[in-house]
Amino acid sequence: MRLALREALLAFRRAPMLSVLSITTIAFSLFAFDLFGLVALNLRSALRQVESRVEIRAFVAEGTRADAASAAVGDVQAFPEVERVTLVSETEALDRARRELGEFEDVFESGILPASIEVRLREGFRAPDQVRAVAERLAQYDFIDDIRYGEEWVEKLYRLRTIATFVGIALGTTFALVSIIIIGSTIRMAVLARAREIQVMRLVGATRGFIRAPFLIEGLLKGLLGGVIALGLSFVTYAALERLVIQAEFFGFGHSILGLLAGALIGFLGSAYSVDRHLRRVA
Amino acid sequence: MSTMVRFTRVTKQYPKGVTALDEVSFQLNRGEFAFLTGPSGAGKSSILKLIFVEEYATSGEVKVIGQSSVTLTPKNIPVLRRKLGVVFQDFRLLPDRTAAENIAFALEVTGAPPSRIDPKVLRVLEQVDLREKAEARPHELSGGEQQRVAIARALVNDPLLLLADEPTGNLDERSARSILDLLREINRAGTAILMATHDLALVRATSFRTLELHHGRLVFDSSTITSDATATRPGGSPS
Repeated sequence: MRLALREALLAFRRAPMLSVLSITTIAFSLFAFDLFGLVALNLRSALRQVESRVEIRAFVAEGTRADAASAAVGDVQAFPEVERVTLVSETEALDRARRELGEFEDVFESGILPASIEVRLREGFRAPDQVRAVAERLAQYDFIDDIRYGEEWVEKLYRLRTIATFVGIALGTTFALVSIIIIGSTIRMAVLARAREIQVMRLVGATRGFIRAPFLIEGLLKGLLGGVIALGLSFVTYAALERLVIQAEFFGFGHSILGLLAGALIGFLGSAYSVDRHLRRVA
Repeated sequence: MSTMVRFTRVTKQYPKGVTALDEVSFQLNRGEFAFLTGPSGAGKSSILKLIFVEEYATSGEVKVIGQSSVTLTPKNIPVLRRKLGVVFQDFRLLPDRTAAENIAFALEVTGAPPSRIDPKVLRVLEQVDLREKAEARPHELSGGEQQRVAIARALVNDPLLLLADEPTGNLDERSARSILDLLREINRAGTAILMATHDLALVRATSFRTLELHHGRLVFDSSTITSDATATRPGGSPS
């Protein structure tokens, strides 16, 4: 293993231009990958924010006894999907309307706004079907007059998110494949540059694993290094955008580590592919 | 085990239908020295490649140091190769390493303990009479010296059998002679040697066994002359 590591590091020193070229290529393909990841990340967090505003509002019929409404609030609170239930009385509704629409304060007279039960759903229970299901259960109380939960709005939001997810996965996979191919071909150049060494290794009876190890380590290191550079470039881009254009979010620690590991994995796979192809051809 | 190599009706065909070897059978014993002769394309290199499993026979059996080609698995190939030494016409040295490093490389990549590497390298460098050139890189050495380094590399794992494919092909007559002398010395120390060459002058300078190939067929084996009177040189009267 020490020898394999030494050979891998030696490869960097023996062919510095080729190494710089492959690391740069890897860095840029991973950079493209990271940028897309950032877009997806920010889109998702924006969607999550919008989603958190999804709310069901059930209007209570006039003349309903307060204790009936309160009992219903207790029941609804017990639904597993429900995060919070609030009973908004007629007076509270009026206060709120006056506060929010101050200039029309005088327009509102008491009794004009109905009392309502406001339901917020837990995260993960905000999909259109789930919202509808809760709304339907609420409608079963006979003192409920009307229910609003922005049906079309919720559905549109969800469709957008689904599209974003699919596009993200498709583009992400494409970029990952492109990265693997690019890394594969730069490692291939490295393999060809060392074809003589491989030939001698095989000749004197080095095992296949032994021959592959330095290349795999080399690919792994290049991928990792490319990943670090890509992450750095993404951060610079993010910082510039953040300052100049729009408030955004950057990868957390976990995502950053995941990105680096992905780089290392891509480097590893790319070089495994190249070395195996070469060994198959010469064997 | 007294048999180093045994070919039993070995045929080798290449994809485009070229027959490199046609039902070749022969045996090479422990400690023996034999030449493989014949014109280019006669199949000399194919025989060597089949022995060190660079290629597989199309039919027949190749048995090398007890390992049959019929039962050989890819995992066993490196194990077998460690018992063999191979040298080529073009030396196949690594240009960016010194003579000593080239030899050490063969030990390193087969997992030899580091403490044993230097003494062994020194020993084989002495054996090929290149001790003072240990730190020279291949381009600083003459052709004959480069071949000596290649031979030292082939010897460093103490092979039972040394295969040499036109080892003198790129050398002037004097260097060729000295390489042959070196191989004879190695053979005297117990290593079996199979050397492919088309340099008949070199072959005639010795009394070693000669196997002659023609169009992939074994047409002459000097070891069978006494026991098998029908063996003929090509162009001689067929029996």
